[in-house]
Amino acid sequence: MDLDALAGCLSSSACLVTQTTSGLIIGMLLFLVAVGLTLIFGVLKVVNFSHGAFYMFGAYFAMTAYQLTGSFALAMLAGAAGTAILGLIFERVFMSRVYGADVLMQLLVCYAFVLIFDDVVRLIWGPEFKSMGMPSAFQVMPLFIAGGVVPPYYLLLIGVALVAAIVLGIGLSRSRIGKVIRAAAQNPGMVSALGINTGLIYGGVFALGGMLAGLAGALAAPVRSLTPGMGFSVLIESFIVTVIGGMGSILGALIGALLLGLIRSFGSLGFPLFTEGLMYLFMVIVLVSKPTGLFGKEAA
Amino acid sequence: MTELEAGRAQGLAPLRGGSVLQRYRDVLIALVAFAVLASLPLLTGSKALLDFVIRCSAYGLFATSLNLLVGYTGLTSFGHGMFFGLGAYSFGLIMQKLGVPIPVAFVATLAITAVIAAVIGAICVRLKEIYFAFVTLAFQMLIHSTILSWASFTGGDQGLRGGISRPVFLGIDLANHVHLYIASCALLILGLLGMRQIAQSPFGYTLRMIRDNAARASFLGIDVWRAKLTVFVLAALFAAMGGMVMALFVSGAYPEFAYWTISGEGIFINMLGGVSTFLGPMVGTVLLLLLNDTVTRFTEYHGIVLGVVILFFALGLRKGLLDFVAEWFSQRRDAGEGR
Repeated sequence: MDLDALAGCLSSSACLVTQTTSGLIIGMLLFLVAVGLTLIFGVLKVVNFSHGAFYMFGAYFAMTAYQLTGSFALAMLAGAAGTAILGLIFERVFMSRVYGADVLMQLLVCYAFVLIFDDVVRLIWGPEFKSMGMPSAFQVMPLFIAGGVVPPYYLLLIGVALVAAIVLGIGLSRSRIGKVIRAAAQNPGMVSALGINTGLIYGGVFALGGMLAGLAGALAAPVRSLTPGMGFSVLIESFIVTVIGGMGSILGALIGALLLGLIRSFGSLGFPLFTEGLMYLFMVIVLVSKPTGLFGKEAA
Repeated sequence: MTELEAGRAQGLAPLRGGSVLQRYRDVLIALVAFAVLASLPLLTGSKALLDFVIRCSAYGLFATSLNLLVGYTGLTSFGHGMFFGLGAYSFGLIMQKLGVPIPVAFVATLAITAVIAAVIGAICVRLKEIYFAFVTLAFQMLIHSTILSWASFTGGDQGLRGGISRPVFLGIDLANHVHLYIASCALLILGLLGMRQIAQSPFGYTLRMIRDNAARASFLGIDVWRAKLTVFVLAALFAAMGGMVMALFVSGAYPEFAYWTISGEGIFINMLGGVSTFLGPMVGTVLLLLLNDTVTRFTEYHGIVLGVVILFFALGLRKGLLDFVAEWFSQRRDAGEGR
């Protein structure tokens, strides 16, 4: 424990800014992964244990696209579109076979794909750590806000995640497709009786969830190192986020992700070795006091 | 009703004959199994084979104890591996720091596990299905990160090194490979027999009722929370036994023993062997260890092979191997009687 460092940081505005931004970065990336997870759970009632793999593929797709074309925008697009297609195939071919089956069965199918996807990445890109490198457009002087250092790329990352959150929130509550998705979550039998292809909706939601995770991976590629198995720690953390925020709640995922990001960045100062433990402890406290999470609805 | 539940329901056939008779039969089977395992070193000098059986004992105890939760009570724990790790670490630490005789450390470890499992279980068992799975997973990771960060006590990511001393007790020298082998087999057989007694007892049938319909069990006056907590603690004790066998075998304890993958493997073993028969997890353990050993010999990409095998079981058979065989036999028998 190093509480002096934590107190010292809290009293210095420069350190406060730096730690808060790094917390926001972690939180926003987590949000993008977790919101897909929570969306898939809300509509399909499936816990996608292999969601971290989409994050990983997003990062690798972006890296490859960036190396081939040199365009940052194309890299982001490759990460998001590639994982969307992957998600669609994964849902239609495999996950759709275990709907309504035992939770155990669903977890197992996903567990199998965690193993397979990690090895596929090892096979294609090799087992060693890879790095995409910061695109030249962002290799500029960092900004100084109240004495704290903020790289411009961080602002872009936070902005993209925020836009995604707003579009998703408004899209789900206002648009026609959003209403159909919410209806399918409530009563898929009725929705399909009204002539709507629920299989398409399920596939679409899974693709959307995969795309968001892939986008998170693509956004993280310039600032994190790429390795097979990189999805797993992200997966566990986004599970914590969805459980804290409440399964199926988008706002919950946002608040949960930001809380977790801040816990991570400030916790690493005060409890450098127990940062991870701090997150699990927080999750346990939330679950014990409110088992459905902060924004979760009571189970029917 | 899903196929998995249908498979379980078949295990509910009423006991034929006296349950006392069945108990004698179980004990007899256990004695024969032990005699066969114990005579193995006389037949073969293969150290690798004995090592394999020791590993099977450790994982088998763990996987069967998980089945008490998953198969019998319907509690899908995704953090059961924490008790495996806890058993290994408590045992190793007690032996290293206190230097007490092995049986004392054994009992002390069980006591420690019982207390910790009671605290964690009290929090977890009131949650349903997927939330239960997550909270157990969170506790598992909490214990794992505690082991990693408390480096001065647990050795951190290096694990508990320096070996565990194995003083002779009652003429048993666990530093001797054959003695260790016999002791592991004895623990396995005793543990399995104990769990079999729990599963076949009235309490075991209470658990099945809770699994099938918790609300009805509650109406009948059963304290569901207490029954779940009891089986949670009991299962933790047997998992800790598995951990202790592992600690004795590798003469140490490593953070991987408490990592979530152990729990994942446990679930997988149960699925592989089948959850509706008592010995299903044991069959699954042997299958998985064989699979692991052979696949790693042929390819470094064993994740792909293992994943495809899991998919075959989950999407193809849709049940574990022993479930499949048991169902096949009962169908054949029914067809035979129909003629």
